[in-house]
Amino acid sequence: MSAPLLVVDNLHIAYRGDAGDVTVVKNFSLTLGSSETYGLVGESGSGKSTAAFALLGYLAEGGRIVSGSIKVNGAEITTLDEEGLRHLRGGDIAMVYQEPASALNPVLTIGRQLVEARLAHRPGNKAQALADAASMLTKVRIGDVQAMLRRYPHQLSGGQAQRVVIAMALLAEPKLLVLDEPTTGLDATVEAGVVDLIGELAQKIGMGLLYISHNLALVGRICERVGVMYAGRVVEEGSTRDIFGRPRHPYTQALIACRPVAGEAATSRRLTVIPGQPPAPGIHIEGCAFVPRCPHAVPGRCDQAAAIAVKTIAGKHFVRCARADDELSVVTAAPEAETQSLPGREVIRIEHLSKAYLPRNAFGLARRVDLTQLPKANDDISLSVRQSEILSVVGESGSGKSTLARILIGLEEASEGRVLLLDQDVARRRAWRRPRSLLRALQMVFQNPDSTLNPSHKVGAIIGRAVKRLGQIQGRQAITARVDELLAQVQLPQSFTGKYPHELSGGQRQRVGIARAFAGNPDIIIADEPVSALDVSVQAAIVNLLLDMQRESGTTFVFISHDLALVRHISDRVVVMFGGRIMETGRPAEIFAPPYHPYTEALLQAAREGRRKVPAFDPAPPPRTGCRYAGRCPRRIDGLCEIKEPPRQATQGGHVIFCHLSWEQFGAAQTFSEGD
Amino acid sequence: MIRFLLRRIGQFIITFLAASFLLFAVTEFSPGTVASKILGPYAVSSQVDLLTEKLHLGDPLLLRYLRWLGIVAGVVENPLGDPAIGLGLSDPRGNRYVGNFGYSLMLKEPVVDVVGERIGYTALLTLLAILVIIPVSLAAGVAAGVNPGRPIDRVLSMGAVILTSLPEFVVAVALLLVGVVWLGLLPGTSPMTQGGRWPLSLQLVLPVGVLVIASASYVLRIVRASVADTMRKPYVRTALLKGLKRRDIILHHVLRNAMIPPITVILLQINWLLTGVVVVESIFAYPGVGSLLLQAALFGDIYLVQALTLLALLVAVGTQLIGDLCYLALDPKIKLG
Repeated sequence: MSAPLLVVDNLHIAYRGDAGDVTVVKNFSLTLGSSETYGLVGESGSGKSTAAFALLGYLAEGGRIVSGSIKVNGAEITTLDEEGLRHLRGGDIAMVYQEPASALNPVLTIGRQLVEARLAHRPGNKAQALADAASMLTKVRIGDVQAMLRRYPHQLSGGQAQRVVIAMALLAEPKLLVLDEPTTGLDATVEAGVVDLIGELAQKIGMGLLYISHNLALVGRICERVGVMYAGRVVEEGSTRDIFGRPRHPYTQALIACRPVAGEAATSRRLTVIPGQPPAPGIHIEGCAFVPRCPHAVPGRCDQAAAIAVKTIAGKHFVRCARADDELSVVTAAPEAETQSLPGREVIRIEHLSKAYLPRNAFGLARRVDLTQLPKANDDISLSVRQSEILSVVGESGSGKSTLARILIGLEEASEGRVLLLDQDVARRRAWRRPRSLLRALQMVFQNPDSTLNPSHKVGAIIGRAVKRLGQIQGRQAITARVDELLAQVQLPQSFTGKYPHELSGGQRQRVGIARAFAGNPDIIIADEPVSALDVSVQAAIVNLLLDMQRESGTTFVFISHDLALVRHISDRVVVMFGGRIMETGRPAEIFAPPYHPYTEALLQAAREGRRKVPAFDPAPPPRTGCRYAGRCPRRIDGLCEIKEPPRQATQGGHVIFCHLSWEQFGAAQTFSEGD
Repeated sequence: MIRFLLRRIGQFIITFLAASFLLFAVTEFSPGTVASKILGPYAVSSQVDLLTEKLHLGDPLLLRYLRWLGIVAGVVENPLGDPAIGLGLSDPRGNRYVGNFGYSLMLKEPVVDVVGERIGYTALLTLLAILVIIPVSLAAGVAAGVNPGRPIDRVLSMGAVILTSLPEFVVAVALLLVGVVWLGLLPGTSPMTQGGRWPLSLQLVLPVGVLVIASASYVLRIVRASVADTMRKPYVRTALLKGLKRRDIILHHVLRNAMIPPITVILLQINWLLTGVVVVESIFAYPGVGSLLLQAALFGDIYLVQALTLLALLVAVGTQLIGDLCYLALDPKIKLG
């Protein structure tokens, strides 16, 4: 290893708070060599993003570096003036942001924003800069580069925007690239592509990479070294193999145990959780901050200041734990025995459902057009769901899974086909035209609890209104009693009725969202990515909660997700969608093992290995004839797949695949794809 | 983009027609009122009935509205100017021309002449005020917005709040005290008559001053809020961490985005300046449209009220159209989406 590129020594960062300064990053030290890949993992509020932004000399309003030093290439940056920082930013260190779409200026073209980044640090004229921008876009595998330069951010897909942001960061030829949750919000297939791309480019030009993420699986796959942050401190650091293979800190152990294990048949659907919650910033805890949640904590030892001293395990494996020398076994909550409820009568039946968005004329009226000529968000979907079944719908964005949910819940009308909800056809009846009983019977849990809870109402009022409207309960006392009961069910204290949504954490808000959905004892709950915006440990708790409530009340679940490991863990049945069509349906055991549809195979491979060839060009919209996946399918039969509709092939157990390949050929591609 | 424009212009025409029908219905709904308004408070009921018949005021409302449209468009003759009716109203242009809004009952003159005389002064006042309001409020708003929490922001924001909350007449009186009573440099009234002691330019100073203070402080606050909000956007952070100079960030990344919300507010100010400046015109005896509308409404001069309200509608719908064009220029989402 060459001389270290980045040396951070004992960094403390504090924010101005209502009651004095709040230290959010403590004793942060980090050494990173050039072309090294380091992953910093932690839950939201652990201080990982604050630490990362500090490397660029940037702190949000009210923040300041209390003590410590940051050296980039041997030069101290904590004392730099504005001009010095300007040279550092985008010059030596560049950043790739979470939510790339909002990191791009909506009113400037992509070309303009790239040229700017290029000219800020390297001399040259505009034409040169534009040429450099174009070649960088080619390197990040954008298809039509010239067209992309003229586009505006709102015309880009999430994956494209992320690649543009990466290109922008690389244009200044930085020595260190900091990536703040670079793939949150991207599909698994896109994520794998983006991650591969960064790795490849970094290797080529010898650039150091610092990943900030709460996604353990991702970090474990791509980083050489990992640091785990908890409550502002790095509690464990070591090589990826050590951290994942021999975690020594109880927090690291618990975090790893939280994730559903892919490839392992689940004995219980419940996930392991870390009890309690991380301490709020500003609360001083003597000694180890994890003590209140730690199964191994020893009073009088762990709550002393000495408990957080760094201990070396072996080589470069460090841990801040008083009991680092003891062999601590991973403690997990024993999974409860559970009785598998048998699916009952059919509650949802979808027959040949199609949804096309009609083009509108100048006065906003739908034009009469031939439906068969339009691209369809849902295309000839037939499906049935039985009572108390957990059905998962998976697929990348644009697969039509959200459109399906929106039609079920009544936010959209179907263009063709029938949707029977509890024996009533609602295909062309939006929510306001449905009877109250049906609205009660079908409720939704949304992806983003922040934007679905009215910020000006208290939690008690939000749930109380749902109780009154959907639960048919009258009288203040009865409503209050029911609200308390619901809060207890979602494991929130009764005092929460008086709080506003912004006072709650993301996980707590999602619990409120769940309590609201269960207010009228619904028969069916549609959950659209209910945990993807949450931290790993919180995800596990929310999933368990949903499963418990489902088991107790016999509610049917339609679960929309792109988290395959989770889907495999909890589902009774899985539907794989692509381009508005169903590709494959079956029990998890059938979906997640061969024989499978080529698209399912690609999805699984992307999720498992993160090694998927990045499509050279942005995927074209699916064709209108034949198999929708034909354009991207590595096993396409030319002259057949893109012309003729794939046949339905089914086993007796209900495993269905729509594909031209024969049953024996499914999954045979495994060996071939591992070669590239 | 052409489609967008055509759609907007189509909506413009529809809005205008709908609003003018409502206006007509409100002012001329009952036929008896129209005739008695024309004849004045001392008319006998038989005279009112006679006039009602002669003007065909008994026809259905929709028919009367269409006839009125015809008169305004110069297709139909205005019966009011007919000497046979004997109202003594006459128009040198004849009874049929485009823009025929009838006669002001208060001034016994064609409405076009009455309004035409005033509108020039109003336009002058508006133009001068806007020429000061826009640069002052934008410059100060941006200066405050890019330095949130700093002294310059505190001073400008606080000053703007105080000035916005002062009613126009208070500001006018204060300026009168300083400029006229104390310094003696400016005239106390601005009737815009030439040849007197005060040149026209000096007559304009106080009315423009009051309008600027009332309006610019409000626009400043909107601009300041929008700029400060834009400064916190992730793409501004991106620009900063790209290593761009602060000046370039503000000029290229902040301003264009931050200008989108204030446009509506600035256009509303133009709206108000062109048709709603009643207090300032009254205080300074300025011969503008606002005070004319007030007088016409108090007198019950229905044709003048109709014309002036229609003018206000035109301005309101017109500024909306201009606003849409500005959004079109600033926001690529509209142009391309």
